[in-house]
Amino acid sequence: MEKFNLLGAWMILPKAISHPINHMPLPLLQQGTRLVFDQMLRQHPNLFDRLGSHANKSFRFTPTDLDLSFLVVPAQRRITVSRKSAQMAADASTGGPLLTLLALLEGQIDGDAMFFARSLSIAGDMEAVLALRNALDDSGFDLPRDLGQAAGPFAHLVTRMAEAVRRRALVGLV
Amino acid sequence: MELICPAGTPSAFREAVDAGADAVYCGFRDETNARNFPGLNFTREELGTSIAYGKARGVQTYVALNTFMRAGSEALWYGAADDAVRLGADALIVADLALMAYIAQHHPQQRLHVSVQASASNADAINFLVQTFGAKRLVLPRVLTVADIAALAPKVACELEVFAFGGLCVMAEGRCSLSSYATGLSPNMQGVCSPASHVRYREDGAEMVSELGGYTINRFAAEEPAGYPTLCKGRFHIADDDGYAFEDPVSLDVMDHVDALRDAGVTALKIEGRQRGKAYVAEVVSRLRQALAATPEQRPALLDHLRLLSEGQRTTAGAYEKKWR
Repeated sequence: MEKFNLLGAWMILPKAISHPINHMPLPLLQQGTRLVFDQMLRQHPNLFDRLGSHANKSFRFTPTDLDLSFLVVPAQRRITVSRKSAQMAADASTGGPLLTLLALLEGQIDGDAMFFARSLSIAGDMEAVLALRNALDDSGFDLPRDLGQAAGPFAHLVTRMAEAVRRRALVGLV
Repeated sequence: MELICPAGTPSAFREAVDAGADAVYCGFRDETNARNFPGLNFTREELGTSIAYGKARGVQTYVALNTFMRAGSEALWYGAADDAVRLGADALIVADLALMAYIAQHHPQQRLHVSVQASASNADAINFLVQTFGAKRLVLPRVLTVADIAALAPKVACELEVFAFGGLCVMAEGRCSLSSYATGLSPNMQGVCSPASHVRYREDGAEMVSELGGYTINRFAAEEPAGYPTLCKGRFHIADDDGYAFEDPVSLDVMDHVDALRDAGVTALKIEGRQRGKAYVAEVVSRLRQALAATPEQRPALLDHLRLLSEGQRTTAGAYEKKWR
């Protein structure tokens, strides 16, 4: 498998996956997301160096294939999950299919190429968007590894499962 | 021919090295280089580490100091040059004559490359820079045809490097004031073309509207490939026409002419894109490396899909195969 999959089919989440996620209770989603977010920030402190003062800005991520919105304020180590109908104001926002957003988080794809292809929408403070994009690209996020490290005694199992999902996502089979 | 590859972060640097770069070019986190973007570029420590990574694998590092010095603030550029030399840069890429003079005087052993931003495109200009400052290589502006380059090469006393792939500027490199006109900031002085601080996108029905410095500069239909928010690639209303007055959102790709460029005496091919992500750098460097070793018949299959990663998802050979007057 190629290391990067710039031209792969970045699939929309199938309903079999998006439907149950959309119907999960928000507090449960919030708790799980916060756990992973805290762990990932601890593992990648260099993110803040590249973000500089933009770490104080609020960033909203809206997966187009989920009825959810995620608001992140890096300096406050805060992530808030909401339904799209109740999404909060933000300094900058990014929208696209969930797998595209996750691939951007890992630096698996190039944000400019996704923007040119109209697979990604951006709005608000473009300095903040650019700083975050560059910070993420250099930070070395690896979701299977990072999720595994957040899973305590289940680390190995979670990492292997997440790697399997990513492999399938990278070849457009999810 | 050497393959000169871009890196905006240490991660992209490592990807470029691992993908087959002969040299990687990068810059410091300030206005001394023409990609002075938020979150991009290298601290002194990161540059030192990256140079060591490259050296261990036989890959050179060029440091771009390719903006023009601001009167009264020359120390910023002089200090950057001193640090790049101290950290072991293999070459400095410079546009400002006064900075070239400083480097020639204070670091006479340091290899000096003339940036595309110096806009030197004829034998007299190039030989002046070679004789006066000891420049060893010149990056040609993207204004010459392949035949022009072939005619120029025997008349100059230095190596020639040309852009082969990536972003394409309007044909006035180092002298373009379009960004400055709209925002007060330019790639020549502040290292930013169409700075992100002055860019906004908004939706207007199904269209995406891009604004620069408060001016609407383009509208893209729902599925239309987009470009960078630069004035040179904006759509304008002129007389009875609406359209691209300077150039379309399109990227450079001259790999169809790579054999002719080699025959013309070109030493190195440069990939534009320090602002791009590490995945893009890895893919483009890897593909171009393979293409350089391939036959002309094999190249299209290797390179065709790179178009989809490019601005406007289209590529052109630009002035290299100039068909206009």
